[in-house]
Amino acid sequence: MASMCKEGVCFHAEGISKIYPGTKALDNVNFDLLTGKVNVLIGENGAGKSTLMKMIAGIEQPSEGKLYMGDEEVHFKDTTEARKHGIGIIHQELNLFPNLPVYQNIFMAREKKSGLKMDNKYHKEQSKRILEKLEHPIPVDTLVGDLRVGQQQMIEIARNLVEDDLKILIMDEPTSSLSEQEVQVLFKIMRELTAQGISIVYISHRLEEIMQIGDHVTILRDGKYVADADVKDIDIPWIVKQMTGEGKSYPKKERNINWDKQEKVLEVKHLTLPKSGGGYLLHDVDFDLKKGEILGIYGLMGAGRTEIFECIMGLRPEHTGEVYLNGEKMNIKSISEQIDKGFALVPEDRQREGLVQTMDIGRNCSLSAIKDYTKAGFVDFKKENEMVDSQIKDIHIKVADKRLPILSLSGGNQQKVVIGKGLLTHPKILLLDEPSRGIDIGAKTEVFDIINQYAEQGLSIIVISSELKEIISIADRVVVLSNGIKTGELMGNEIQEETLVLASYKGHHGH
Amino acid sequence: MSTDKKSSNNTLAMTLLKGRTFIVLIVLLIFFSITADNFLSMNTALLIGKHVALYGILAIGMTYVIITGGIDLSVGAIVGLGGMIAGGLIQKGLTLEMFGVTLYFSVPMIVLITILLGAVIGAVNGLIITKFNVAPFIATLGMMYVARGLANIHSQGATYSDLKGYEALGNQGWSFFGSRVMGIPVGLIILVILAVIFAVLLKRTAFGWHVFSIGGNEKAAKLSGVKVNKVKILVYVISGICSAVVGIIASSQLAASHPATGESWEMNAIAAAVLGGTSMAGGVGTIGGTIVGAFVIGVINDGMVMCGVSEFWQMVIKGLVIVLAVIIDQFQRNLQAKMALQARNESK
Repeated sequence: MASMCKEGVCFHAEGISKIYPGTKALDNVNFDLLTGKVNVLIGENGAGKSTLMKMIAGIEQPSEGKLYMGDEEVHFKDTTEARKHGIGIIHQELNLFPNLPVYQNIFMAREKKSGLKMDNKYHKEQSKRILEKLEHPIPVDTLVGDLRVGQQQMIEIARNLVEDDLKILIMDEPTSSLSEQEVQVLFKIMRELTAQGISIVYISHRLEEIMQIGDHVTILRDGKYVADADVKDIDIPWIVKQMTGEGKSYPKKERNINWDKQEKVLEVKHLTLPKSGGGYLLHDVDFDLKKGEILGIYGLMGAGRTEIFECIMGLRPEHTGEVYLNGEKMNIKSISEQIDKGFALVPEDRQREGLVQTMDIGRNCSLSAIKDYTKAGFVDFKKENEMVDSQIKDIHIKVADKRLPILSLSGGNQQKVVIGKGLLTHPKILLLDEPSRGIDIGAKTEVFDIINQYAEQGLSIIVISSELKEIISIADRVVVLSNGIKTGELMGNEIQEETLVLASYKGHHGH
Repeated sequence: MSTDKKSSNNTLAMTLLKGRTFIVLIVLLIFFSITADNFLSMNTALLIGKHVALYGILAIGMTYVIITGGIDLSVGAIVGLGGMIAGGLIQKGLTLEMFGVTLYFSVPMIVLITILLGAVIGAVNGLIITKFNVAPFIATLGMMYVARGLANIHSQGATYSDLKGYEALGNQGWSFFGSRVMGIPVGLIILVILAVIFAVLLKRTAFGWHVFSIGGNEKAAKLSGVKVNKVKILVYVISGICSAVVGIIASSQLAASHPATGESWEMNAIAAAVLGGTSMAGGVGTIGGTIVGAFVIGVINDGMVMCGVSEFWQMVIKGLVIVLAVIIDQFQRNLQAKMALQARNESK
């Protein structure tokens, strides 16, 4: 009886664990959801916030542990069942139908019909009523694809308000694409909802917002519960301390290199990339890269980090500005030419962009460099074998047999294969986009070791990372981007969490 | 202990699944040799081979296309158009009105021109798909109508019959491609030669690896430096060339070119590839498998004819076999995924 919900708690998670192949996303987490309050969930990337919310919303099921709602234990096998219990979720990535009008989006899968005929008059009227209540009187016949992101967010919220039985609303980073004004409207709506007794779970990275809107804060770190407290009892420094923890950080390496004397291998001047529909993804960005240097690029989502790599690799022919390789101006045409010239890219999304799932481990590894092992079009299998074997050994990929499917490897080893694929082309410049995303701590350290090892050998490397600790420990120099503008360049001891965070918000002024 | 047993069970199931088309072929052969008189004879085998050659060659090109994640619906129409162009060149030659002359080509030249035509049509398919970003299904559907239309326009719908050539014009010998060498149909010999060439190209060259990588994950292939558009165009060129070759063999076997030749043969080619384990999702397939698949269809066709099964029932049975093959394919994929996951958990 002890594990049922306490007074003032509408939902209780008891000892929840979630195991994915390769990682433990959640480890024995307890969580209380206070009735009629804004319950904030905080943690760094990969702390397990979204995973925990997916359990509550029925998107995924816990590997271990129990969920209680009121006095009864609940099991949600899908979102429909969670919704029946009055639990709604608004995702980080919007789940709308851009090809359908507003009212259809709002009533999707909860249509009112008499027989087969749908009552569209009712749908439109209700949609209009809800949107007016949300202070966003968007014409209900507009296609959702034609709306601004902020407006789309309102549609997501409206979907959850259609039925009157909403008890819990989960909001996963709802403000990341909203303007300041829209954020204030959203907060007002949240207050109204809580006043009606609806409990809100709010996930955000923006600490100032949390202090403004939150009632109760729960902090997760590396899949574990760390602390919880009422917002009125705490301040931002306390939250940061709980989030980052003490003691645990990657060792900062010492390199005794006088970077002023190192030759520049890459120089980028006035790099500009227009955004479709006006504005810029990148605006007049300058930076350079020295031989053997590890240059970090830090910034929030949408700051233009990945776009820099795309420009350099020839994936964005619409960019302007100059790129010099060893002092020579480059005419960037295609990615295969850029690879021939000595660039290698490890993309951000391993599954979608890095791996060919139908090919085995060895083939994935040699895919980029295969030209080097062919004579008159025919693959020299012996040489290919030798090169792949030596690369596997060099970066310690743990494989039983390189002819096994690539998906038989853990996430960390899959990532090492993608890195190995780039290294096999013998690049002069290696571009790594979030190389440690979605892999466990042990594999992360190993990936950093590889990066350091190759930098020592004279390879010039650019690393994009959104994890502060990582970038601080690995980079010799950091370029900070914000809203497509370079807002900082930090070296040596200037590279601190506070300086990085500060610079990463600079570009948002005058929004 | 039980996991050991389970995993060895899985391995056995996997081996059986991988060889399933071959097993089906053997079962069919046994079945028909019991039910049909004279089925198990050299003559029957060669007759089946002669028929299989036609869609077997089409299926080779189709396998390449499907492995990249595409489809080519125009192959049957290219067979028809290729046959008409070849037949026209034999019977009427090429009249250049502005010079007032008619040119007659030798048989090797006509073969070359027909193959070139197939390659060009394939290249157009590839260009439309890559440069204008048209879905392969639509692009080749369009080409199917265009090529079939042109085949009819070429002779106003008439048949070029009696394709023997004329001694005076030096274009005799078209019948060779439909004849037999040492008792073996020439078409079958061509099938074997092409199968070997294209199997080696697929397995042993960088181009072949690129074909697989595009079907497996096009985005990753591009980011790895694979020239995706170039490879895709080449794949449709290969399919076009295979179709033109079939056009030549078919018109020679019949000693006539008819504009409707090859109608719906694209379906036989797709079926052979799928039966042979080529995944419609792309990234998976072998030429060897496709050839076995083509023989399964050939044995079903000819075996049922010899048993006296009506043509309508033949269609029903063929359809069932194809769908069943894909269902088993899904089983294999699920099992494979399960085994990969198992290997991953064990290595931890």
